[in-house]
Amino acid sequence: MAETKKIATRESFGMALCELAKEHDDIVVLDADLAAATKTEIFKKAYPDRFFDCGISEANMIGAAAGLATAGKVPFAASFAMFSTGRAYEQIRNSVGYPHLNVKIAGSHAGITVGEDGATHQCCEDLALMRTIPGMVVLNPADHYEMVEATKAAYAYNGPVYIRLGRLAIESFNDPDTYKFELGKGITLEDGDDVTVIATGLVVNEALKAVRALKDKGVNARLINMHTIKPIDKDIIVKAAKETGRIITVEEHNIIGGLGEAVAAVTAELCPVKVNRIGIEDVYGHSGPALGLLAEFGLDAEGLEKKILSIIND
Amino acid sequence: MEKTELLELQKTACKVRLWTIEGVFNAKSGHPGGSLSAADIMTYLYFREMKIDPKDPKDPDRDRFVLSKGHCAPALYAALALRGYFSTEEIKVLRHIGAMLQGHPDMKGTPGVDMSSGSLGQGISAACGMALAGKLDGKDYRVYSMLGDGECEEGQVWEAAMFASHYKLDNLCAVVDYNGLQIDGTVKDVAGLENLKGKFEAFGFEVTEIDGNDFEQIEAAFEKAKTVKGKPFAIIAKTVKGKGVSYMENAVGWHGKAPNADEYKIAMDELNAQLNAMEA
Repeated sequence: MAETKKIATRESFGMALCELAKEHDDIVVLDADLAAATKTEIFKKAYPDRFFDCGISEANMIGAAAGLATAGKVPFAASFAMFSTGRAYEQIRNSVGYPHLNVKIAGSHAGITVGEDGATHQCCEDLALMRTIPGMVVLNPADHYEMVEATKAAYAYNGPVYIRLGRLAIESFNDPDTYKFELGKGITLEDGDDVTVIATGLVVNEALKAVRALKDKGVNARLINMHTIKPIDKDIIVKAAKETGRIITVEEHNIIGGLGEAVAAVTAELCPVKVNRIGIEDVYGHSGPALGLLAEFGLDAEGLEKKILSIIND
Repeated sequence: MEKTELLELQKTACKVRLWTIEGVFNAKSGHPGGSLSAADIMTYLYFREMKIDPKDPKDPDRDRFVLSKGHCAPALYAALALRGYFSTEEIKVLRHIGAMLQGHPDMKGTPGVDMSSGSLGQGISAACGMALAGKLDGKDYRVYSMLGDGECEEGQVWEAAMFASHYKLDNLCAVVDYNGLQIDGTVKDVAGLENLKGKFEAFGFEVTEIDGNDFEQIEAAFEKAKTVKGKPFAIIAKTVKGKGVSYMENAVGWHGKAPNADEYKIAMDELNAQLNAMEA
């Protein structure tokens, strides 16, 4: 099984970029004065001639990435999720999305696990923002191995992609020997037929622990890791709805506009079942240690176990 | 340039203006004022300056043009059509449902359009990316981007300007179509753009100021741009908004309005008279 060494997905992303760059000359990386934090600095050190710091100017970074893409480059543009998707939203929509250019946008320090920096930097809206852009692929990998493979898949896909990266070092739960990333395909981590939990990103491992603990308490929950938020895997959702009759979504994101609503849209149209959304309940975060915040917002394994139990017993 | 060449450019610019009016009139909407002010510079770029081939619009070695002031698409479309990228018939259905020519440039659907644009401030950033790619690939193509004077109120323009000089993009030439008017009034009254030359210089550009409706000055500026090494070049082109149509010249109201049938006739008569005089 996977090793237990903790690693933040931003770090995995930086490593994956280097792996890709070894084989592909067309990769260039842009950052907006956060290379040390987004971990594009790993790439910067290995490939200084293909790294471009744009300074603290995210709008121009996205536009420059678009221009590079028109000339055949495959730019990865990174900043904190708040700025790469929030500050530069309209640039992404009009200069990347509309012409469907081959630009990859990375948003690190996503969610409340930014921690001490507090609400201004805790972006819980990035998935919602990126979902609304026609043709945009939205990825939210859950651990090191998944991030590496997702980054490679983002490169292989010809078109705009958003990838969400986390700041917090987390343990890996995927098995590197058997793990396979397929864009747009959810992964069933635990089988079960009482209820389906669909989780995404950093909280998948928390959900995994919660679901396993629930099995000991007689709740046979299915767990799906939904690493691709868009295009969402309709088949796996409909199958879960039919077979378990109830779905609970888990995300480190506002319950408005993220995984929960993406799943609910599928069930509402194709197989109506009750869907409960666990996430950030339309509030801002605040300062504090990441793990403390995760617990406070009920998104750690213990909190999830309690919430899932209360939902199904309701 | 030779007198005959100058006359030829002037005639072509006049045709660009005629097709601009044709497009906006048929669309019953659009932006004639800034299209007419920019017509001479666009004509110069597409008919004399840029290394391009209408038969191979995606040639990786071609020069590029990004219309950062994307609302002046009617003049761009006219220049592209007259240069042979597509039929002028397309201009007659500009902005119609199902038409190739969108209200603002769409690179996916229109041959010769190097970048989708229209949201102000964004085109110049894309032009920077194109210029940087050219440097990375050791190509000698040049990238031209036209900005509006009002557009220079966008912060992104200055982010891009910093980027262009930081990465020494001497293959980039920005042209500001300084016609002095924007939607809410004169640029001077709305947001006080001056000192624009000083601003570009402070951001690391070599800058020249010209009369942007004078082909000899336009030529001198673009020739100078190619001699400057190690920094980007900006041309501040003072122009007349609505140039060539008497009642549109320097009139704020013609930024984003189509002429009615009577106004259309007057405009076409005036422009045709100018063209006939040149052809005589």
